[in-house]
Amino acid sequence: MKPDQSLLQQPIRVINIGLESFSEDLRKAEIPVIQMDWRPPAGGDLRLVALLDSLAEEA
Amino acid sequence: MSIDEANKTCLQRIQESTAVWSDIKTAKDVIPGMTQRTVLHAGPPVAWEHMCGPMRGSITGACIYEGWASTPEEVEQLAISGELEFDSSHHRNAIGPMSGIITPSMEVNVVTNTVHGIETYSTLYMGIGKVLRHGAFDDEVMTKLRWMNKELAPLLKSALGRAGGIDLKSIVAQALQMGDELHNRNKASNALLLTALVQHLISVGEKNEVVKAIDFIDKAGHFILNAVMAGSKGMLDAGSNIENSTIVTALARNGHETGIRVSGLGDRWFTAPAPMIEGVYFPGFGPEDANPDMGDSAITETIGLGSFAMAGAPAVVEYIGGTAKFAMETTLKMYEITVGEHETFKLPPVNFRGTPLGIDIRKVVETGITPVINTGIACKRPGVGQIGAGLTAAPMECFTAALEAFVLRNKS
Repeated sequence: MKPDQSLLQQPIRVINIGLESFSEDLRKAEIPVIQMDWRPPAGGDLRLVALLDSLAEEA
Repeated sequence: MSIDEANKTCLQRIQESTAVWSDIKTAKDVIPGMTQRTVLHAGPPVAWEHMCGPMRGSITGACIYEGWASTPEEVEQLAISGELEFDSSHHRNAIGPMSGIITPSMEVNVVTNTVHGIETYSTLYMGIGKVLRHGAFDDEVMTKLRWMNKELAPLLKSALGRAGGIDLKSIVAQALQMGDELHNRNKASNALLLTALVQHLISVGEKNEVVKAIDFIDKAGHFILNAVMAGSKGMLDAGSNIENSTIVTALARNGHETGIRVSGLGDRWFTAPAPMIEGVYFPGFGPEDANPDMGDSAITETIGLGSFAMAGAPAVVEYIGGTAKFAMETTLKMYEITVGEHETFKLPPVNFRGTPLGIDIRKVVETGITPVINTGIACKRPGVGQIGAGLTAAPMECFTAALEAFVLRNKS
């Protein structure tokens, strides 16, 4: 990669998945950021995930 | 049949359904299994000892109307002694907003799903504020109830007979494009209903009674709601009992519990404690006066109306709270938990997409998003009535319980 194509030398635009506080810090630094509304399947409840997986085979 | 195929069949049966307000009849003459002491109520089955204040208030009013008792104490004695036969309206092809109380002598809307030959029933809408369905039963309420059943109902019956029925599904489709969501905003639909009805009312009635009826339907604001609820149930019932379908066919609350029914799981209820409602209160009332969520009216959300159609009805937030942006976001979220879009009910603000249709228990559990419900708020004390309107969401526990039952059924 040539130096003038370095990621850090271009304007940064961010899509954040996960903790919204990361987005807030970037916004404070005036960096454009899109916060993705995401959460783990079934809220991360592995028992429910297993139930959903068992039905996926029948879908 | 795979789950996807079953859900496709379920949706197709719902999509092709109609809802025609075809008649007014007396409950005991049309509702299945209606005995001389049957009291139907909203939501999943609930015993007297668990019934909330406004539901007990409504039952008190209904018992006084029927001539079974004359005081709340006498009604309580009737209930405790087992003389009243309680059941969920959903078990009898019927449905009702808030407490949803139906007793044998009450006149009911008859709504027909002509494609699938399903008839469903609901009482006549009474207005807002101090009304029977919110638990009020003073002399003013009883006088209005008697007028509605003894004078208004026969007039409407004659008018409907002359009209040959009124197509509610068309009115709903049109009203959605005029800013209604058909649960808590019925400005357009109520006017469209009146427009369809008025020439027949004039043709069959005396001038004074017709003027009174038109004035009542207009000022009630949501008169169409009860008929639309019966129509929504008739359309969703056409999609029930489809083997292996994960689509929700009923969402109802009795003020104590919220319950859902799932097409592939028959008539079973999956329940959880009814949540409170965040909303806008009438002057003089606040959250401390509120009853938990109650009523069968979430059948509108189940068919893709109410909160599911809020993107097309931003003005509803003036009544239930929130912002126009929130209204749009709510509809967009509901697309995430549904498997289809309504082919007749379209929303202009989302490029005429159909309203979100077919709540899938798998999607609800996977996304953690539960159906949002626009609803009225009843005072928790019997005898007061409606004290506001707002928003709530169906409890996740209903959907996780249904999912567990579905997996268990498929294993066995």
